[in-house]
Amino acid sequence: MIIRIMGAGQYKVDSCLLDELNVIDNRIVELVSKGKGDEYRKELARMISKVKESGEPLDPASILKSDVIIPPEDLTLEEARRVFSGYGLIGD
Amino acid sequence: MGLLDRMSTVIGAKMNKIMGKLEDPRETLDYSYEKQLELLQNVKRGVADVTTSKKRLELQKAKLQMSIDQSDAQAKDAVKAGRDDLAKMALERKVALQAQSASLDQQILDLNNEQQKLMAAESRLATKVESFRAKKETIKAQYSAAEAQVKVTESVTGISEEMADVGMAVERAENKTEEMKARSAALDELLESGVLEDYTGGDKIERELAKAKAKSDVDAELARLKAEAGK
Repeated sequence: MIIRIMGAGQYKVDSCLLDELNVIDNRIVELVSKGKGDEYRKELARMISKVKESGEPLDPASILKSDVIIPPEDLTLEEARRVFSGYGLIGD
Repeated sequence: MGLLDRMSTVIGAKMNKIMGKLEDPRETLDYSYEKQLELLQNVKRGVADVTTSKKRLELQKAKLQMSIDQSDAQAKDAVKAGRDDLAKMALERKVALQAQSASLDQQILDLNNEQQKLMAAESRLATKVESFRAKKETIKAQYSAAEAQVKVTESVTGISEEMADVGMAVERAENKTEEMKARSAALDELLESGVLEDYTGGDKIERELAKAKAKSDVDAELARLKAEAGK
């Protein structure tokens, strides 16, 4: 499975990691809706370090589509809210 | 829907924009390659912008440091002149300037991170673009139109994702440098208008110290005259 961490390139990881990521993802949804910025940032950082730890960076020369896309680590709570409300990261 | 699914949707929308809708797969390859080169230029400009902003903040920081040193010297002079009130004012000014300086340090650090990230993104994109260029020529030369369609879709989709990622990184970096430019312009204005000096009394300290020095000079001169007269 290929995971892109936005701003940090792509990683090749074992598919079984997806379950763990989904658990964190659900927590993130909850934290964003409750406006808990500090905990949200921690969870996002945890998700990203999990991928970096258990995955192998993909050779930048390979051109492959990712199965999962993780937002950049410095995505603010405000930006995350925009992503959830369907406005995208940055207004067009 | 989780953040990950949403993120894929966001990127997907951006990718569709980048890919455009061209019928001929060979044209799609060339069109995409052109867009990639454009984006590479954009990233380079982004890196240059961030670097300029960082330099500007560093310059401001040097200016602030000079004012801090000046306040420090004034405080010492004031203590020597026995004017604790002036020394206190100078130290208050120094503390206010130091707070500004610390906030500049943080901003410089942030811009430095941004610069490093963009440079890494530029290098990853450049590698992918080069690899795409080679692939593009192979596809054009070796595949029939029907086979080419599949290959084109694969590589154009793959590279469009990278482009969407890098494109957003550049936009976010631009937003950040814009914010910092505004803040740094405000600080420049503050320093130039002397507000920062006035409200903490920088000029007043200077005047009072000059007065104190003049007084002690007068006293010294008087003492000298008295001594002469007494001879």
